[in-house]
Amino acid sequence: MREFGYKRATDVPEAVALLATDPEARFLGGGTNLVDLMKTGVESPALLVDVRGLPLDRIEVADDGALKIGATVTNSDLAADPEVRRRYPALTEAVLAGASGQLRNMATVGGNLLQRTRCGYFGDTAQPCNKRVPGSGCPALAGEHHNHAILDWSEHCVATHPSDMGVALAAFDAVVSIHTADGPAELPLSEFYLPVGDTPHRENALPPGALITGVTLPAAPVAARSRYRKVRERASFAFANGSIAAALDVEDGTVRDVRLAFGAVASRPWRARKAERALTGGPATAEAFAAAADAELAAAEPLAHNGYKVPLIRNLVVAMLTELTQEAAR
Amino acid sequence: MDPTKSSAISLRVNGERHSLTVDNRTTLLDALREHLDLTGTKKGCDQGQCGACTVLLDGRRANSCLQLAVATEGREVTTVEGIADGERLHPVQQAFLDFDGYQCGYCTSGQICSAVAVIEEHAAGWPSAATADVRPEAGPSPLDDDEIRERMSGNLCRCGAYVSIVRAVAEAAAVREAADSAAGGSRGERVTA
Repeated sequence: MREFGYKRATDVPEAVALLATDPEARFLGGGTNLVDLMKTGVESPALLVDVRGLPLDRIEVADDGALKIGATVTNSDLAADPEVRRRYPALTEAVLAGASGQLRNMATVGGNLLQRTRCGYFGDTAQPCNKRVPGSGCPALAGEHHNHAILDWSEHCVATHPSDMGVALAAFDAVVSIHTADGPAELPLSEFYLPVGDTPHRENALPPGALITGVTLPAAPVAARSRYRKVRERASFAFANGSIAAALDVEDGTVRDVRLAFGAVASRPWRARKAERALTGGPATAEAFAAAADAELAAAEPLAHNGYKVPLIRNLVVAMLTELTQEAAR
Repeated sequence: MDPTKSSAISLRVNGERHSLTVDNRTTLLDALREHLDLTGTKKGCDQGQCGACTVLLDGRRANSCLQLAVATEGREVTTVEGIADGERLHPVQQAFLDFDGYQCGYCTSGQICSAVAVIEEHAAGWPSAATADVRPEAGPSPLDDDEIRERMSGNLCRCGAYVSIVRAVAEAAAVREAADSAAGGSRGERVTA
Protein backbone atom coordinates (compact mmCIF):
# COMPACT_ATOMS: atom_id res chain seq x y z
CA MET A 1 0.00 0.00 0.00
CA ARG A 2 1.19 3.49 -0.81
CA GLU A 3 2.16 5.63 2.17
CA PHE A 4 -0.32 8.38 2.97
CA GLY A 5 -0.87 11.32 5.29
CA TYR A 6 -3.82 11.44 7.69
CA LYS A 7 -5.77 14.44 8.89
CA ARG A 8 -8.91 14.59 10.98
CA ALA A 9 -11.47 17.28 10.14
CA THR A 10 -13.54 18.83 12.92
CA ASP A 11 -16.08 20.72 10.81
CA VAL A 12 -17.42 20.56 7.26
CA PRO A 13 -15.65 23.64 5.77
CA GLU A 14 -12.37 22.44 7.27
CA ALA A 15 -12.87 18.99 5.70
CA VAL A 16 -13.45 20.51 2.28
CA ALA A 17 -10.43 22.83 2.72
CA LEU A 18 -8.19 19.96 3.83
CA LEU A 19 -9.14 17.87 0.83
CA ALA A 20 -8.22 20.77 -1.46
CA THR A 21 -4.65 20.76 -0.13
CA ASP A 22 -3.77 17.64 -2.09
CA PRO A 23 -5.10 16.58 -5.51
CA GLU A 24 -4.67 12.96 -4.45
CA ALA A 25 -6.56 13.31 -1.16
CA ARG A 26 -9.67 11.28 -0.33
CA PHE A 27 -12.28 11.53 2.38
CA LEU A 28 -12.29 8.65 4.88
CA GLY A 29 -15.66 7.70 6.37
CA GLY A 30 -16.15 4.21 7.81
CA GLY A 31 -13.39 2.97 5.51
CA THR A 32 -15.05 -0.37 4.84
CA ASN A 33 -14.70 0.04 1.08
CA LEU A 34 -11.84 2.55 0.74
CA VAL A 35 -9.38 0.81 3.08
CA ASP A 36 -10.14 -2.50 1.38
CA LEU A 37 -9.44 -0.95 -2.04
CA MET A 38 -6.24 0.65 -0.75
CA LYS A 39 -5.00 -2.78 0.34
CA THR A 40 -5.53 -4.17 -3.15
CA GLY A 41 -4.03 -1.12 -4.85
CA VAL A 42 -7.24 -0.07 -6.61
CA GLU A 43 -7.12 3.16 -4.57
CA SER A 44 -3.85 4.89 -3.66
CA PRO A 45 -4.54 8.25 -2.05
CA ALA A 46 -1.69 10.45 -0.80
CA LEU A 47 -3.80 11.93 2.01
CA LEU A 48 -6.84 10.75 3.93
CA VAL A 49 -9.13 13.39 5.41
CA ASP A 50 -11.08 11.65 8.15
CA VAL A 51 -14.66 12.94 8.20
CA ARG A 52 -16.13 10.32 10.49
CA GLY A 53 -16.04 12.64 13.50
CA LEU A 54 -17.93 15.46 11.77
CA PRO A 55 -21.18 16.53 13.45
CA LEU A 56 -23.27 14.86 10.72
CA ASP A 57 -24.45 11.87 12.74
CA ARG A 58 -28.07 12.86 13.37
CA ILE A 59 -31.38 11.73 11.91
CA GLU A 60 -33.98 14.48 12.19
CA VAL A 61 -37.51 15.21 11.02
CA ALA A 62 -37.74 18.57 9.25
CA ASP A 63 -40.70 20.95 9.59
CA ASP A 64 -42.13 19.74 6.26
CA GLY A 65 -41.98 16.12 7.45
CA ALA A 66 -38.89 15.22 5.44
CA LEU A 67 -36.36 12.94 7.08
CA LYS A 68 -32.86 14.39 7.17
CA ILE A 69 -30.11 11.78 7.53
CA GLY A 70 -26.58 12.95 8.28
CA ALA A 71 -23.77 11.62 6.10
CA THR A 72 -21.85 10.03 8.98
CA VAL A 73 -24.87 8.17 10.39
CA THR A 74 -23.82 4.53 10.39
CA ASN A 75 -25.79 1.91 8.52
CA SER A 76 -26.66 0.32 11.88
CA ASP A 77 -28.07 3.52 13.35
CA LEU A 78 -30.01 4.24 10.18
CA ALA A 79 -31.56 0.77 10.11
CA ALA A 80 -32.48 0.85 13.82
CA ASP A 81 -33.97 4.34 13.78
CA PRO A 82 -37.66 4.16 14.82
CA GLU A 83 -38.68 6.94 12.42
CA VAL A 84 -37.05 5.13 9.48
CA ARG A 85 -38.62 1.82 10.49
CA ARG A 86 -42.06 3.43 10.80
CA ARG A 87 -42.08 5.66 7.74
CA TYR A 88 -39.66 3.95 5.30
CA PRO A 89 -39.47 0.28 6.38
CA ALA A 90 -37.98 -0.70 2.99
CA LEU A 91 -34.98 1.48 3.82
CA THR A 92 -34.34 -0.37 7.07
CA GLU A 93 -34.79 -3.70 5.27
CA ALA A 94 -32.42 -2.64 2.48
CA VAL A 95 -29.70 -1.57 4.89
CA LEU A 96 -30.06 -4.76 6.93
CA ALA A 97 -29.85 -6.82 3.74
CA GLY A 98 -26.37 -5.45 3.09
CA ALA A 99 -22.99 -6.51 4.48
CA SER A 100 -22.60 -7.83 8.07
CA GLY A 101 -23.33 -6.45 11.52
CA GLN A 102 -19.67 -5.47 11.93
CA LEU A 103 -19.53 -3.63 8.63
CA ARG A 104 -22.87 -1.89 9.20
CA ASN A 105 -21.50 -0.51 12.46
CA MET A 106 -18.58 1.05 10.59
CA ALA A 107 -20.11 2.06 7.24
CA THR A 108 -21.70 5.47 6.77
CA VAL A 109 -24.56 6.79 4.63
CA GLY A 110 -22.31 9.12 2.65
CA GLY A 111 -19.82 6.37 1.95
CA ASN A 112 -22.55 3.98 0.90
CA LEU A 113 -23.52 6.24 -2.00
CA LEU A 114 -19.88 6.40 -3.12
CA GLN A 115 -18.97 2.73 -2.75
CA ARG A 116 -17.43 1.12 -5.77
CA THR A 117 -18.60 -1.78 -7.90
CA ARG A 118 -17.68 -5.32 -6.88
CA CYS A 119 -16.94 -6.29 -10.51
CA GLY A 120 -14.01 -8.70 -10.19
CA TYR A 121 -12.09 -7.03 -13.00
CA PHE A 122 -12.35 -3.64 -11.30
CA GLY A 123 -10.97 -5.16 -8.09
CA ASP A 124 -8.04 -6.92 -9.79
CA THR A 125 -5.26 -4.51 -10.74
CA ALA A 126 -3.69 -7.18 -12.99
CA GLN A 127 -6.73 -6.92 -15.29
CA PRO A 128 -7.81 -4.20 -17.71
CA CYS A 129 -10.80 -2.12 -16.56
CA ASN A 130 -12.15 1.06 -18.11
CA LYS A 131 -13.49 2.22 -14.77
CA ARG A 132 -10.09 1.87 -13.06
CA VAL A 133 -7.79 2.64 -16.03
CA PRO A 134 -9.78 4.53 -18.69
CA GLY A 135 -9.23 3.11 -22.16
CA SER A 136 -7.78 -0.21 -20.99
CA GLY A 137 -10.84 -2.24 -21.94
CA CYS A 138 -13.64 -4.24 -20.32
CA PRO A 139 -12.93 -7.97 -19.97
CA ALA A 140 -16.33 -8.53 -18.34
CA LEU A 141 -18.19 -8.18 -21.65
CA ALA A 142 -16.76 -11.44 -22.96
CA GLY A 143 -15.76 -12.82 -19.56
CA GLU A 144 -17.23 -13.34 -16.11
CA HIS A 145 -20.40 -11.26 -16.07
CA HIS A 146 -23.10 -13.42 -14.54
CA ASN A 147 -23.79 -10.71 -11.96
CA HIS A 148 -23.37 -7.68 -14.20
CA ALA A 149 -25.78 -5.08 -15.58
CA ILE A 150 -28.74 -5.70 -17.85
CA LEU A 151 -29.90 -2.09 -18.13
CA ASP A 152 -28.17 0.99 -19.54
CA TRP A 153 -24.65 -0.45 -19.70
CA SER A 154 -22.25 0.40 -22.50
CA GLU A 155 -19.53 -1.37 -24.44
CA HIS A 156 -17.09 0.38 -22.07
CA CYS A 157 -18.43 -0.98 -18.79
CA VAL A 158 -21.11 -3.41 -17.66
CA ALA A 159 -20.56 -3.14 -13.89
CA THR A 160 -23.37 -2.73 -11.37
CA HIS A 161 -23.68 -0.46 -8.36
CA PRO A 162 -23.53 -2.68 -5.27
CA SER A 163 -25.63 -0.69 -2.79
CA ASP A 164 -28.82 -2.00 -1.20
CA MET A 165 -29.42 1.23 0.74
CA GLY A 166 -29.25 3.23 -2.49
CA VAL A 167 -32.09 1.23 -4.04
CA ALA A 168 -34.48 2.24 -1.26
CA LEU A 169 -33.20 5.82 -1.36
CA ALA A 170 -33.86 5.91 -5.12
CA ALA A 171 -37.42 4.65 -4.61
CA PHE A 172 -38.11 7.41 -2.08
CA ASP A 173 -36.78 10.36 -4.14
CA ALA A 174 -33.74 11.03 -1.95
CA VAL A 175 -31.90 14.33 -2.30
CA VAL A 176 -28.17 14.40 -1.55
CA SER A 177 -26.81 17.37 0.38
CA ILE A 178 -23.24 18.33 -0.45
CA HIS A 179 -20.71 20.97 0.56
CA THR A 180 -18.14 22.47 -1.79
CA ALA A 181 -15.66 25.33 -1.49
CA ASP A 182 -18.57 27.54 -2.62
CA GLY A 183 -20.82 26.35 0.20
CA PRO A 184 -23.74 23.94 0.54
CA ALA A 185 -25.73 22.59 -2.40
CA GLU A 186 -28.21 19.83 -3.23
CA LEU A 187 -28.27 17.10 -5.82
CA PRO A 188 -31.26 14.78 -6.37
CA LEU A 189 -30.19 11.13 -6.22
CA SER A 190 -31.83 10.72 -9.66
CA GLU A 191 -29.10 13.03 -11.04
CA PHE A 192 -26.32 11.89 -8.71
CA TYR A 193 -25.05 8.92 -10.75
CA LEU A 194 -23.86 9.61 -14.29
CA PRO A 195 -24.76 7.42 -17.27
CA VAL A 196 -21.97 4.94 -18.09
CA GLY A 197 -21.45 6.03 -21.70
CA ASP A 198 -17.77 6.12 -22.62
CA THR A 199 -16.71 7.51 -19.22
CA PRO A 200 -17.32 4.70 -16.70
CA HIS A 201 -14.57 6.16 -14.49
CA ARG A 202 -16.79 9.21 -13.89
CA GLU A 203 -19.40 7.72 -11.63
CA ASN A 204 -21.21 10.67 -10.12
CA ALA A 205 -22.05 14.32 -10.60
CA LEU A 206 -20.32 15.53 -7.43
CA PRO A 207 -18.29 18.67 -8.12
CA PRO A 208 -14.55 18.14 -7.52
CA GLY A 209 -13.72 18.24 -3.82
CA ALA A 210 -17.35 18.09 -2.70
CA LEU A 211 -18.28 16.40 0.56
CA ILE A 212 -21.60 14.60 0.99
CA THR A 213 -23.15 16.00 4.18
CA GLY A 214 -26.47 14.18 4.22
CA VAL A 215 -29.45 12.67 2.48
CA THR A 216 -33.03 13.96 2.70
CA LEU A 217 -36.09 11.80 2.15
CA PRO A 218 -39.21 13.84 1.35
CA ALA A 219 -42.32 12.90 3.30
CA ALA A 220 -44.06 10.10 1.38
CA PRO A 221 -47.09 8.40 2.97
CA VAL A 222 -46.86 5.56 0.42
CA ALA A 223 -43.46 4.60 1.87
CA ALA A 224 -45.02 3.46 5.15
CA ARG A 225 -46.12 0.31 3.32
CA SER A 226 -42.89 -0.67 1.64
CA ARG A 227 -40.59 -3.66 1.47
CA TYR A 228 -37.12 -4.55 0.21
CA ARG A 229 -36.32 -8.00 -1.11
CA LYS A 230 -32.92 -9.23 -2.18
CA VAL A 231 -31.95 -12.35 -4.10
CA ARG A 232 -28.36 -13.53 -3.61
CA GLU A 233 -26.23 -16.62 -3.89
CA ARG A 234 -26.18 -17.38 -0.16
CA ALA A 235 -28.65 -16.63 2.62
CA SER A 236 -26.78 -13.67 4.11
CA PHE A 237 -23.73 -11.40 3.76
CA ALA A 238 -23.54 -11.40 -0.04
CA PHE A 239 -24.16 -8.85 -2.76
CA ALA A 240 -27.42 -9.00 -4.68
CA ASN A 241 -28.06 -10.77 -7.94
CA GLY A 242 -31.21 -8.72 -8.06
CA SER A 243 -33.17 -6.71 -5.55
CA ILE A 244 -36.27 -4.56 -5.32
CA ALA A 245 -37.58 -1.75 -3.15
CA ALA A 246 -41.33 -1.42 -3.49
CA ALA A 247 -43.98 0.78 -1.92
CA LEU A 248 -47.67 0.52 -2.75
CA ASP A 249 -50.87 2.36 -1.91
CA VAL A 250 -53.94 0.43 -3.04
CA GLU A 251 -57.58 1.40 -2.58
CA ASP A 252 -60.52 -0.69 -3.76
CA GLY A 253 -58.22 -2.75 -5.95
CA THR A 254 -56.77 0.29 -7.70
CA VAL A 255 -53.15 1.47 -7.47
CA ARG A 256 -53.17 5.01 -6.07
CA ASP A 257 -49.40 5.39 -5.65
CA VAL A 258 -46.44 3.11 -6.22
CA ARG A 259 -42.64 3.30 -5.93
CA LEU A 260 -40.32 0.76 -7.51
CA ALA A 261 -36.55 0.58 -7.71
CA PHE A 262 -34.22 -2.29 -8.64
CA GLY A 263 -30.72 -3.17 -7.48
CA ALA A 264 -27.88 -5.09 -9.15
CA VAL A 265 -29.21 -4.40 -12.65
CA ALA A 266 -27.35 -1.23 -13.66
CA SER A 267 -24.47 1.11 -12.81
CA ARG A 268 -26.83 2.95 -10.46
CA PRO A 269 -29.85 2.12 -8.33
CA TRP A 270 -32.58 1.76 -10.96
CA ARG A 271 -35.78 3.69 -10.40
CA ALA A 272 -38.47 1.92 -12.42
CA ARG A 273 -40.49 4.92 -13.55
CA LYS A 274 -41.95 3.22 -16.65
CA ALA A 275 -43.37 0.48 -14.45
CA GLU A 276 -44.70 3.03 -11.95
CA ARG A 277 -46.48 4.94 -14.73
CA ALA A 278 -47.96 1.73 -16.12
CA LEU A 279 -49.34 0.82 -12.69
CA THR A 280 -50.66 4.12 -11.35
CA GLY A 281 -54.45 4.33 -11.58
CA GLY A 282 -54.72 0.76 -12.84
CA PRO A 283 -55.78 -2.53 -11.25
CA ALA A 284 -53.67 -4.09 -8.50
CA THR A 285 -53.52 -7.53 -10.09
CA ALA A 286 -50.68 -9.96 -10.77
CA GLU A 287 -51.29 -9.51 -14.52
CA ALA A 288 -50.92 -5.73 -14.25
CA PHE A 289 -47.80 -6.09 -12.10
CA ALA A 290 -46.21 -8.43 -14.66
CA ALA A 291 -47.11 -6.12 -17.53
CA ALA A 292 -45.57 -3.17 -15.69
CA ALA A 293 -42.38 -5.13 -15.05
CA ASP A 294 -42.24 -6.07 -18.72
CA ALA A 295 -42.64 -2.41 -19.69
CA GLU A 296 -39.63 -1.52 -17.56
CA LEU A 297 -37.54 -4.50 -18.62
CA ALA A 298 -38.21 -4.08 -22.35
CA ALA A 299 -35.02 -2.02 -22.43
CA ALA A 300 -32.95 -4.81 -20.83
CA GLU A 301 -29.97 -6.04 -22.84
CA PRO A 302 -28.66 -9.10 -21.05
CA LEU A 303 -25.29 -10.59 -21.91
CA ALA A 304 -24.58 -14.30 -22.40
CA HIS A 305 -24.57 -15.19 -18.70
CA ASN A 306 -26.88 -12.73 -16.93
CA GLY A 307 -30.14 -13.18 -18.81
CA TYR A 308 -31.64 -14.79 -15.70
CA LYS A 309 -31.90 -11.31 -14.17
CA VAL A 310 -34.79 -10.35 -16.46
CA PRO A 311 -37.26 -12.98 -15.16
CA LEU A 312 -35.75 -12.61 -11.68
CA ILE A 313 -36.65 -8.93 -11.51
CA ARG A 314 -40.01 -9.55 -13.18
CA ASN A 315 -40.85 -12.20 -10.58
CA LEU A 316 -39.70 -9.92 -7.75
CA VAL A 317 -42.00 -7.14 -8.98
CA VAL A 318 -45.02 -9.45 -9.12
CA ALA A 319 -44.27 -11.10 -5.77
CA MET A 320 -43.57 -7.91 -3.83
CA LEU A 321 -46.52 -5.95 -5.21
CA THR A 322 -48.83 -8.92 -4.65
CA GLU A 323 -47.68 -9.18 -1.02
CA LEU A 324 -48.11 -5.44 -0.47
CA THR A 325 -51.61 -5.61 -2.00
CA GLN A 326 -52.54 -8.45 0.34
CA GLU A 327 -51.17 -6.52 3.33
CA ALA A 328 -53.26 -3.50 2.36
CA ALA A 329 -56.38 -5.67 2.27
CA ARG A 330 -55.80 -6.90 5.85
CA MET B 1 8.58 10.58 12.48
CA ASP B 2 7.41 11.83 9.08
CA PRO B 3 3.94 13.35 9.62
CA THR B 4 3.04 12.69 6.01
CA LYS B 5 3.41 8.96 6.67
CA SER B 6 3.21 8.27 10.41
CA SER B 7 1.29 9.43 13.45
CA ALA B 8 1.79 9.42 17.19
CA ILE B 9 -1.45 8.09 18.63
CA SER B 10 -2.95 7.07 21.91
CA LEU B 11 -5.06 3.90 21.87
CA ARG B 12 -7.36 2.89 24.71
CA VAL B 13 -7.61 -0.91 24.72
CA ASN B 14 -9.43 -2.95 27.37
CA GLY B 15 -9.37 0.06 29.67
CA GLU B 16 -5.63 0.68 29.32
CA ARG B 17 -4.06 3.61 27.49
CA HIS B 18 -1.17 2.94 25.10
CA SER B 19 0.95 5.57 23.34
CA LEU B 20 2.53 4.46 20.09
CA THR B 21 3.78 5.72 16.76
CA VAL B 22 2.25 3.99 13.77
CA ASP B 23 2.70 4.07 10.04
CA ASN B 24 -0.65 5.50 8.88
CA ARG B 25 -1.20 2.30 6.89
CA THR B 26 -1.37 0.22 10.08
CA THR B 27 -4.77 -1.31 10.71
CA LEU B 28 -6.15 -1.57 14.22
CA LEU B 29 -5.75 -5.34 13.83
CA ASP B 30 -2.03 -5.08 13.16
CA ALA B 31 -1.57 -2.47 15.90
CA LEU B 32 -3.19 -4.83 18.42
CA ARG B 33 -1.19 -7.87 17.34
CA GLU B 34 2.17 -6.41 16.33
CA HIS B 35 2.49 -3.33 18.56
CA LEU B 36 0.54 -4.26 21.70
CA ASP B 37 1.07 -8.06 21.68
CA LEU B 38 -2.67 -8.63 21.96
CA THR B 39 -2.75 -11.66 19.68
CA GLY B 40 -6.20 -12.90 20.69
CA THR B 41 -7.66 -10.95 17.77
CA LYS B 42 -7.02 -13.01 14.62
CA LYS B 43 -6.22 -12.13 11.02
CA GLY B 44 -8.22 -14.25 8.61
CA CYS B 45 -9.06 -12.71 5.26
CA ASP B 46 -7.81 -9.18 6.09
CA GLN B 47 -10.58 -7.76 3.89
CA GLY B 48 -13.67 -7.61 6.06
CA GLN B 49 -15.23 -10.84 4.89
CA CYS B 50 -14.50 -13.43 7.60
CA GLY B 51 -14.97 -11.67 10.95
CA ALA B 52 -11.97 -13.30 12.69
CA CYS B 53 -10.66 -9.81 13.53
CA THR B 54 -13.89 -8.64 15.21
CA VAL B 55 -13.39 -6.31 18.19
CA LEU B 56 -15.70 -3.87 19.97
CA LEU B 57 -15.25 -0.17 19.18
CA ASP B 58 -17.06 1.98 21.74
CA GLY B 59 -19.01 -1.18 22.54
CA ARG B 60 -19.99 -1.93 18.96
CA ARG B 61 -18.52 -4.79 16.95
CA ALA B 62 -16.28 -3.86 14.04
CA ASN B 63 -13.78 -5.48 11.67
CA SER B 64 -10.39 -4.35 12.99
CA CYS B 65 -8.75 -5.26 9.66
CA LEU B 66 -10.58 -2.38 7.93
CA GLN B 67 -10.17 0.09 10.78
CA LEU B 68 -7.04 2.23 10.54
CA ALA B 69 -5.25 2.50 13.88
CA VAL B 70 -4.69 6.21 13.34
CA ALA B 71 -8.46 6.70 12.97
CA THR B 72 -9.12 4.85 16.24
CA GLU B 73 -7.66 7.49 18.55
CA GLY B 74 -10.20 8.60 21.12
CA ARG B 75 -12.27 5.45 20.87
CA GLU B 76 -12.56 2.59 23.36
CA VAL B 77 -11.34 -0.73 21.97
CA THR B 78 -12.36 -4.02 23.58
CA THR B 79 -10.68 -7.21 22.39
CA VAL B 80 -11.34 -10.81 23.38
CA GLU B 81 -8.70 -10.31 26.10
CA GLY B 82 -10.95 -7.72 27.70
CA ILE B 83 -14.27 -9.55 27.54
CA ALA B 84 -14.00 -11.51 30.79
CA ASP B 85 -14.50 -10.01 34.26
CA GLY B 86 -11.07 -10.78 35.72
CA GLU B 87 -10.88 -14.56 36.07
CA ARG B 88 -14.61 -14.97 35.55
CA LEU B 89 -15.42 -15.79 31.94
CA HIS B 90 -18.04 -13.76 30.12
CA PRO B 91 -21.25 -15.80 29.68
CA VAL B 92 -20.56 -15.94 25.93
CA GLN B 93 -17.10 -17.41 26.56
CA GLN B 94 -18.55 -19.93 29.01
CA ALA B 95 -21.26 -20.92 26.55
CA PHE B 96 -18.73 -21.49 23.75
CA LEU B 97 -16.87 -23.85 26.14
CA ASP B 98 -20.01 -25.59 27.34
CA PHE B 99 -21.43 -26.16 23.86
CA ASP B 100 -18.20 -26.73 21.88
CA GLY B 101 -18.71 -23.63 19.74
CA TYR B 102 -15.52 -24.26 17.77
CA GLN B 103 -13.21 -26.84 16.31
CA CYS B 104 -9.80 -25.37 15.42
CA GLY B 105 -10.52 -22.17 17.33
CA TYR B 106 -9.08 -19.68 14.87
CA CYS B 107 -12.36 -17.82 14.31
CA THR B 108 -13.45 -18.13 17.95
CA SER B 109 -12.25 -14.82 19.37
CA GLY B 110 -14.06 -13.02 16.55
CA GLN B 111 -17.15 -15.17 17.04
CA ILE B 112 -17.16 -14.39 20.76
CA CYS B 113 -16.73 -10.62 20.34
CA SER B 114 -19.42 -10.64 17.66
CA ALA B 115 -21.80 -12.71 19.81
CA VAL B 116 -21.36 -10.38 22.79
CA ALA B 117 -22.46 -7.51 20.55
CA VAL B 118 -25.26 -9.49 18.88
CA ILE B 119 -26.87 -10.09 22.26
CA GLU B 120 -26.61 -6.40 23.14
CA GLU B 121 -27.93 -5.29 19.73
CA HIS B 122 -30.93 -7.57 20.06
CA ALA B 123 -31.56 -6.41 23.61
CA ALA B 124 -31.48 -2.82 22.33
CA GLY B 125 -34.30 -3.67 19.91
CA TRP B 126 -32.30 -3.60 16.69
CA PRO B 127 -34.07 -5.56 13.93
CA SER B 128 -32.19 -7.80 11.49
CA ALA B 129 -32.74 -9.10 7.97
CA ALA B 130 -34.39 -12.14 9.60
CA THR B 131 -36.97 -9.95 11.38
CA ALA B 132 -40.34 -10.43 9.70
CA ASP B 133 -41.67 -6.93 10.46
CA VAL B 134 -39.16 -4.17 11.20
CA ARG B 135 -41.76 -1.54 12.10
CA PRO B 136 -41.37 -0.49 15.74
CA GLU B 137 -45.03 -1.21 16.54
CA ALA B 138 -44.42 -4.86 15.61
CA GLY B 139 -42.21 -5.18 18.71
CA PRO B 140 -38.96 -7.11 19.05
CA SER B 141 -38.65 -10.55 17.52
CA PRO B 142 -37.25 -13.36 19.72
CA LEU B 143 -33.56 -14.20 19.26
CA ASP B 144 -34.30 -17.57 17.64
CA ASP B 145 -31.91 -19.65 15.56
CA ASP B 146 -32.75 -17.81 12.31
CA GLU B 147 -32.07 -14.47 13.97
CA ILE B 148 -28.78 -15.72 15.43
CA ARG B 149 -27.63 -17.14 12.10
CA GLU B 150 -28.43 -13.90 10.29
CA ARG B 151 -26.89 -11.65 12.94
CA MET B 152 -23.73 -13.82 13.12
CA SER B 153 -23.33 -14.02 9.32
CA GLY B 154 -20.31 -11.74 9.39
CA ASN B 155 -18.31 -14.45 11.18
CA LEU B 156 -17.25 -17.40 9.07
CA CYS B 157 -16.13 -20.72 10.56
CA ARG B 158 -14.30 -22.87 8.04
CA CYS B 159 -14.55 -25.89 10.37
CA GLY B 160 -18.31 -25.50 10.11
CA ALA B 161 -19.02 -25.42 13.84
CA TYR B 162 -22.10 -23.32 13.20
CA VAL B 163 -24.60 -25.65 14.86
CA SER B 164 -22.72 -25.42 18.16
CA ILE B 165 -22.03 -21.69 17.73
CA VAL B 166 -25.77 -21.01 17.36
CA ARG B 167 -26.47 -23.06 20.51
CA ALA B 168 -23.77 -21.20 22.43
CA VAL B 169 -25.10 -17.79 21.43
CA ALA B 170 -28.67 -18.79 22.29
CA GLU B 171 -27.52 -20.06 25.68
CA ALA B 172 -25.52 -16.92 26.44
CA ALA B 173 -28.48 -14.76 25.45
CA ALA B 174 -30.70 -16.76 27.81
CA VAL B 175 -28.16 -16.37 30.61
CA ARG B 176 -28.09 -12.62 30.07
CA GLU B 177 -31.87 -12.43 30.08
CA ALA B 178 -32.06 -14.47 33.31
CA ALA B 179 -29.38 -12.29 34.93
CA ASP B 180 -31.22 -9.18 33.82
CA SER B 181 -34.50 -10.21 35.35
CA ALA B 182 -32.82 -11.55 38.52
CA ALA B 183 -30.87 -8.33 39.02
CA GLY B 184 -33.71 -6.06 37.96
CA GLY B 185 -32.00 -5.14 34.71
CA SER B 186 -28.40 -4.70 35.87
CA ARG B 187 -25.66 -6.15 33.72
CA GLY B 188 -22.35 -7.89 34.15
CA GLU B 189 -23.56 -10.51 36.62
CA ARG B 190 -22.01 -13.88 35.91
CA VAL B 191 -24.66 -16.57 36.12
CA THR B 192 -23.71 -20.23 35.87
CA ALA B 193 -25.35 -21.84 32.86
